[in-house]
Amino acid sequence: MKAVVEVRNVSMTYQSPNGEIHALENISFSVDEGEFISIIGPSGCGKTTLLSIISGLLKPTSGEVLLYGEPNTGPSKKTGYMLQKDHLFEWRTILQNVLLGVEIQKALNPETRAKALDYLKTYGLYEFRDKYPEQLSGGMRQRAALIRTLVTDPQILLLDEAFSALDYQTRLAVNEDIYGIIRKEKKTAILVTHDISEAISMSDRVVVLSHRPGRLKRIYTIELSCTNRTPINCREAPEFRYYFQEIWRELDIHV
Amino acid sequence: MSEPAAFTELNRQHQLDISPEHAQYLNQLKREKTAVLATQIIILVLLVALWEILARFYIIDPFITSQPSRIVNTIVLLFSEGVLFHHIGVTCVETIIGFLLGTVCGVLCAIILWWSRFLSAVSEPYLVVLNSLPKIALGPVFIVWIGAGPAAIIVMTLAISLIVTILEVFNGFMGVDKEKIKLVQSFGGSKYQVLSKVLLPASFPSIINALKVNVGLSWVGVIVGEFLVSKAGLGYLIVYGGQVFKLDLVMTSVVILGIAAMLMYQGVVWFEGYVLRKNGHRQGEEKKWQ
Repeated sequence: MKAVVEVRNVSMTYQSPNGEIHALENISFSVDEGEFISIIGPSGCGKTTLLSIISGLLKPTSGEVLLYGEPNTGPSKKTGYMLQKDHLFEWRTILQNVLLGVEIQKALNPETRAKALDYLKTYGLYEFRDKYPEQLSGGMRQRAALIRTLVTDPQILLLDEAFSALDYQTRLAVNEDIYGIIRKEKKTAILVTHDISEAISMSDRVVVLSHRPGRLKRIYTIELSCTNRTPINCREAPEFRYYFQEIWRELDIHV
Repeated sequence: MSEPAAFTELNRQHQLDISPEHAQYLNQLKREKTAVLATQIIILVLLVALWEILARFYIIDPFITSQPSRIVNTIVLLFSEGVLFHHIGVTCVETIIGFLLGTVCGVLCAIILWWSRFLSAVSEPYLVVLNSLPKIALGPVFIVWIGAGPAAIIVMTLAISLIVTILEVFNGFMGVDKEKIKLVQSFGGSKYQVLSKVLLPASFPSIINALKVNVGLSWVGVIVGEFLVSKAGLGYLIVYGGQVFKLDLVMTSVVILGIAAMLMYQGVVWFEGYVLRKNGHRQGEEKKWQ
């Protein structure tokens, strides 16, 4: 399989008046086409920084990121970024919100509009297209946010703790939902999370980072013996507990 | 935000069949609203009547306090002399120009300050000093520089409202969720797109707030300006009336001023509601009384 994302010796140091903060140190890994990867690590280990670097929003101090073999220099149309909260704009309707990305990329035309409406139809938000975000439930909003990203047609989805603002039950349901959509659209996905269960249940591989400065500790390939691979079913798999224990120990969290 | 929000929305749409309890609740609301309005009107009528009666029986001296019937007579007199609308017009035009200039320039300056971190850092102490300085003190300076006339009055108004607008709108910009900006940048958005897609719409409430404050400040600016230099306008009538001890004229002008200022404030409220409605926000209506 072809590597769509290659992270090569990426290090990141933030400058501040009080000194330097070493956020990431010499991180390298690659992601294959269609793969679902989770990055997990203790809080403050630079997970979000890493994702911002992959997206091109931040420049690493050293090292580089290749997307489809080419160095990434700025926000690219190949990647779609999903933030912690849905950040739907409350002054726009759902349809206007999901069109935001193409509008910014100056690609708003009848074609992309039709595509947006198609996505809304497929994922059950069509009747809500003229509603405002405040009129939607948390799960529906998160789905609208994903559609906003999908309409710009990125090949690689970057999910930055994309579910952490939701309450636990909604979060399980949204995991299921978003996972289904990402698989169905055959996207490559990189999920940053601090939730071990979420990482195991959704991913093909889990990348574990160390305390600050974030170094790559280990990459787990998740192989679960469940018939219908959805996040909820995965939690039932016998190997789930084993991975959980392993990663928990690897994270080495002290309070 | 979770499911219930979506459900209330459904309820709103299916309100055709209202339950008796809900009908009763709505009736109750309506009655309360009527009671408030009735009391407000009664208070106004009582005050005016009391003023009139006390003055008529010389319990208070109408020469000093004026009285409602004299105010009405003064308005009629000014009208028959054909100068009523001239004075109102002069003041209103000055106020509206000062108000619009203050708002537009203030928002533009706030945008420039946001655009350039260097400029905002440089201008900060100046803004702080200018903000705390009573701008009215600059009145004589403007008159000397610009000449006694409407231009000086408008500059006076501008001086009073500009700095407040800049600070209010700039703080609004700074208060916009950084993540929303990151979202636009993640789509490859330029600085201009961040401004037009996020900052301006998101800080609409602070812009409206600045407008509401500005309406009041513009009147202050214009009236002070007219006190200092003018040959017409409500501020001129007030000063003139005071000097020749015609308190009827002073009171009449104050009453007209109050009505005009209220109308202009309502205009801003209407504008706010209009923009919110255009963007489909139903709360636009309710906010009016908050």
